[in-house]
Amino acid sequence: MEAGPVLSVRDLTVEFPTRRGTLTAIDGISFDIAPGEVLGVVGESGAGKSLTGTSIIGLLDPPGRIAGGEIHLEGRRIDNLPADAMRTIRGRRIGTVFQDPLTSLNPLYTIGRQLTETIRTHLGLGRRAARDKAIALLTEVGIPAADKRLNAYPHQFSGGMRQRVVIALALAADPVLVVADEPTTALDVSVQAQIINILKRMCREHGASVMLITHDMGVIAETADRVAVMYAGRIAEIGPVSDVVKRPRHPYTVGLMGAIPRREGGERRLRQIPGAMPRLDAIPPGCAFNPRCPEAFARCRLTRPGPMEVDASHVACWLYDPDATPTPDFPPSEDDEGDTETEWQTYTPPPDPDPQHAFTASGEALVEGPGRAFDLPQSDWRKVTRP
Amino acid sequence: MTDTIDHDEAVAARAADPAAASETLVTVEHLSRTFDVSPPWLDRALEGMKRQIVHAVSDVSFTIERGETFALVGESGSGKSTIAKVVVGLMPAKGGSIVIDGVTMGEGSSRDVRALRRRMQMIFQDPYASLNPRMRVDKILAEPIRAFGLMSGRNRRARVAELLEAVGLHPRDGRKYPHEFSGGQRQRICIARALASNPAFLVCDEPTSALDVSVQAQILNLMKDLQDELGLTYLFISHNLAVVRHMANRIGVLYLGRLAEVAPSEALFSTPRHPYTKMLLDALPDVEMSGRARTPVTGEIPNPIDPPTGCAFHPRCPLADTRCRAERPELAPAPDTPANLVACHAVEEGRDRQAA
Repeated sequence: MEAGPVLSVRDLTVEFPTRRGTLTAIDGISFDIAPGEVLGVVGESGAGKSLTGTSIIGLLDPPGRIAGGEIHLEGRRIDNLPADAMRTIRGRRIGTVFQDPLTSLNPLYTIGRQLTETIRTHLGLGRRAARDKAIALLTEVGIPAADKRLNAYPHQFSGGMRQRVVIALALAADPVLVVADEPTTALDVSVQAQIINILKRMCREHGASVMLITHDMGVIAETADRVAVMYAGRIAEIGPVSDVVKRPRHPYTVGLMGAIPRREGGERRLRQIPGAMPRLDAIPPGCAFNPRCPEAFARCRLTRPGPMEVDASHVACWLYDPDATPTPDFPPSEDDEGDTETEWQTYTPPPDPDPQHAFTASGEALVEGPGRAFDLPQSDWRKVTRP
Repeated sequence: MTDTIDHDEAVAARAADPAAASETLVTVEHLSRTFDVSPPWLDRALEGMKRQIVHAVSDVSFTIERGETFALVGESGSGKSTIAKVVVGLMPAKGGSIVIDGVTMGEGSSRDVRALRRRMQMIFQDPYASLNPRMRVDKILAEPIRAFGLMSGRNRRARVAELLEAVGLHPRDGRKYPHEFSGGQRQRICIARALASNPAFLVCDEPTSALDVSVQAQILNLMKDLQDELGLTYLFISHNLAVVRHMANRIGVLYLGRLAEVAPSEALFSTPRHPYTKMLLDALPDVEMSGRARTPVTGEIPNPIDPPTGCAFHPRCPLADTRCRAERPELAPAPDTPANLVACHAVEEGRDRQAA
């Protein structure tokens, strides 16, 4: 259609006013999704990945509200549309797949009725044509004897089959974007792989871009073209999937990748990130990750890093600041043998470490110390976890 | 009061006696458990329906050595949690026997069984549901000590503080209620509670499934450290093969309530033999992005009320033939890789190697 991105999110901020003040759940995130691209959004619970998805499809639950920024779909601003207009876009231009297929299907209507209703509403087809299209879609997602299954109710399908129906439903009106929020989390491993393949194939064949929200780095590594790693409502790192997975730059991504037990096994201990993600009402000043970061220095505690360009990625971390010079703010004291702070500020990432070394490039400090949960001074993690 | 054993002493005693190191702690033989899921009698009589029985676990046998981690993996409905509950005695078995530390569950004197209860504990999946929200953490931790009559008064308080520190919390955290903690911290409290009575054997049912990856790593590392320090034996249950690979010495793969394959962790991952094990390994998302070739997985777990005849896996198995459909395979050492115990006709006949 056009060369521009399908979806463009700029400085999106989502707030929840509460009795004890306003919580900023998403804090100024920006990203684009190109036509046909699969963008993975990964993060731990509470990082704001699902909220990003619901903001885009305009289903933010009150009192949550978009407090700033803009969302553009195919060049048209959609975050300020009235509910009616948004409803047309949802389904017609944006399809959705949620975690639990039982909640996205109406238990009282047959699969066929739900599919044809969507097709007729959005595409204006006749009864017969809608039915044919529904059968074609169900066959495409791998449901055998689709014409007979049209009269079945959701409870008569297994979990994997239901998720197939939801994918068919999401793509019924040929949308340009599919927002898939943890589409395989509720499924067994063997079924999970099938569903991911179907989702990927369907979106490719129908020319839809995908925003794939999940906590599972494995799913992302297999499916996505680019990945955004979220932490405490911000994007820590965004870039091509092979870069983020094999050569993570942000200390949080390094820790996250190290924490995943490998199929190959072998390692005695997993790398662990001390502490836990801060609660929304206790996000520390500066970089949100600084209390848990093994490489944090003074600047991280004061100023929030913006996205810095590193190769094809953008990393929100002061370690990658291209303009960094040993600033007079933190003069390394003369008697300091290591000169560590100066070193950090001029830190440049290793030019092209091979993937095996990528994990140890900057993450060694993560496993040092007593090795138990909270390696930080207690005063620090207390503030973070329980304000 | 007689069985108040200081765990340091116990560990020292175990270390001093090398014979104890390789001794079998848990023996499960031909364990089975069924659930009656029939509609009420009247409905059955009116509609001429038969009883419906789910065979959650059938004929499962395994042993766990002292100090090792034995893991059970399987998809939902494979019976892994049922085995956990039966082994700790939360649920009676329908058939078979469980012998733990020389005591047969369901037999033996009540004194023996009570002593055994102290020596085995369980860690559950959901740390939100397994802690009483109305009890303070120190009370939660003191309860097993009090219930088994292990210590009293000041000693008990000191022990609670020691437990909290052992799992990486602060002794002052005992004054708080469970809701004041994050999921990972709650799981630490659950582990501390399980350790309160100086157990030798812990049954862990999906202990990290409800947690985020970075917190999961903390908990898994903690469990390994505690195992090293206290010489614990784990029965570790999970659906996540990578986690199991990280934790276990030996792994049993369950499918529809039966063991499909039992093998040392290394062997299971390097030379999986049962077609179901291969399928599970293939389905595992590839974080390394190694571009490894994978066979597409087909089908879903069948309904356990009406399991397939013969080998339960045959409808999904690429190697199934008429024998698989008719005759149920038994666990036996696989040809070529005798470390793998496999219940599969194709492997036994060598058909899997021809196909590959």
